[in-house]
Amino acid sequence: MKTDELITRRKMLITGVTSVGGLLLTACSKQLPPTYGNILRMGDTFTYAAHQALIPGEALVKEYSHKDISSFPATGTTNPGDPDKPNSSELYRNLQRSNFADWRLTIEGLVARPGSYSLAELKGFPSRTQITRHTCEEGWTAIGEWTGVPLSRVLDAAGMLPNARFVSFYSFDDWVDNIDMLDALHPQTLLAYGMNGRDLPLAHGAPVRLRVERQLGYKSMKYIQRIVVTENFNDGGKSGNIQNGWAWYVGI
Amino acid sequence: MIESSESSTEPKLSRHTRFVRASHWIVTLSFILLAFTGVVILMAHPRLYWGDTGNDLTPALIELPISRNYKHGGWDNQVAFFQGEGSPVSANRTFDIFNKNGWGRSLHFLAAWFLVIVGVVYLLVGIFTGHFRRHIVPRLAELRPTLLWHDLRSHVRLRIRAATGGPQYGLMQKCSYFAVVFLALPLVVLTGLAMSPAITAGYPFLLRMFNGYQSARTIHFFAFLILLLFLLVHVFMVIKSGFRRQMRGMTIGDSHEN
Repeated sequence: MKTDELITRRKMLITGVTSVGGLLLTACSKQLPPTYGNILRMGDTFTYAAHQALIPGEALVKEYSHKDISSFPATGTTNPGDPDKPNSSELYRNLQRSNFADWRLTIEGLVARPGSYSLAELKGFPSRTQITRHTCEEGWTAIGEWTGVPLSRVLDAAGMLPNARFVSFYSFDDWVDNIDMLDALHPQTLLAYGMNGRDLPLAHGAPVRLRVERQLGYKSMKYIQRIVVTENFNDGGKSGNIQNGWAWYVGI
Repeated sequence: MIESSESSTEPKLSRHTRFVRASHWIVTLSFILLAFTGVVILMAHPRLYWGDTGNDLTPALIELPISRNYKHGGWDNQVAFFQGEGSPVSANRTFDIFNKNGWGRSLHFLAAWFLVIVGVVYLLVGIFTGHFRRHIVPRLAELRPTLLWHDLRSHVRLRIRAATGGPQYGLMQKCSYFAVVFLALPLVVLTGLAMSPAITAGYPFLLRMFNGYQSARTIHFFAFLILLLFLLVHVFMVIKSGFRRQMRGMTIGDSHEN
């Protein structure tokens, strides 16, 4: 009887580890990103679960004032219609010629009212303007003013179904990425059509880019073409970020 | 063992406890991984700044010649955002940069988890077992200028005491361990957290504490340099004070090797 009541170091360790694990799991009862048996992806997932457990989900990132706006490098794709580039999009080139008058953003998947929006229709939604810091994974930062429609407004209009878990984005330069509902419904997550008081410049993702302020810059995809609400994690296949060694969740 | 009969006649010196030895090597391994991947990450953008923003289109505080990205000039289509002089600009990058941050950053964070979790356990155990009070924190009586000066002089002249292989630390040793455990490591962790957009959304004091993202990144780098310097001096001192005995002390926990 006496030995049963003893709390051994091993018992303490097991209890500790399982309770921490349980805490992380309950905080993150949602679907976790795939790890492919890769220890680095497991570390990323652990960081994701820890953030879900320890950071208040509704917290806003710092917003700056107009005088803080800084120079802003344009990296990655700077023109998806450039005929000299291998993955050049002819469709984008044609849309660009009419100043995106014929551009439409498609929303489909687990929504009650799938459809598409023109740029004018997106601008008809109540807008939000925010001056935030873009944190590039390379190590540089820049501050810009973004104007757009909160993604949550567009998702509300489309009527998300209860089993929706992720929002996937497809771009004109052939990127696919997705964010979870915490980020998708966050008030600072925008479909941005304006930068520093003007239309979004070509190099920064015209006509519409995503702003996911609580993650590194590469989650704020440029040149958005299509949005799909899904139940399953979409890793983007062989050309997707996560299969090429780049963490899916980069709240960091 | 033969030593045990001999050591029973010597005054009993405490040895490194199992918890100290385990945390020492886990932290050592994570530090080496963190240092390596940290440099890989820095190579993608080898420029340091002060404040919240900094990029290739703004002036740097320090530029480090540690990759082909050093002072690369590949920028075109420069456009001003606003009218008038001194307006911030946009420019397109045309240079194919060195960037291994995919695995670099994920490995950095994996190692950081070990450092942080083991570090927090170490701090708690160190407080509650009296490890810090008995071995690490210098006593007030020890902190007299003459004693400090004396110990510093004997270190500079490389008159190093032979090690006991246990936690019987000299004054300089206590001071440097204290600085690493309570200042440099917490600083490097906190500046690391201050670079997270998600964590600083929830805990904005981190950004204020270090005067912005880029300042935190710069301090993170200098805290790393201090820790690297400590590591080099530490290894040198281990060698000078009796490598074999010290390694036995920190691995199998033996303090008397004759």
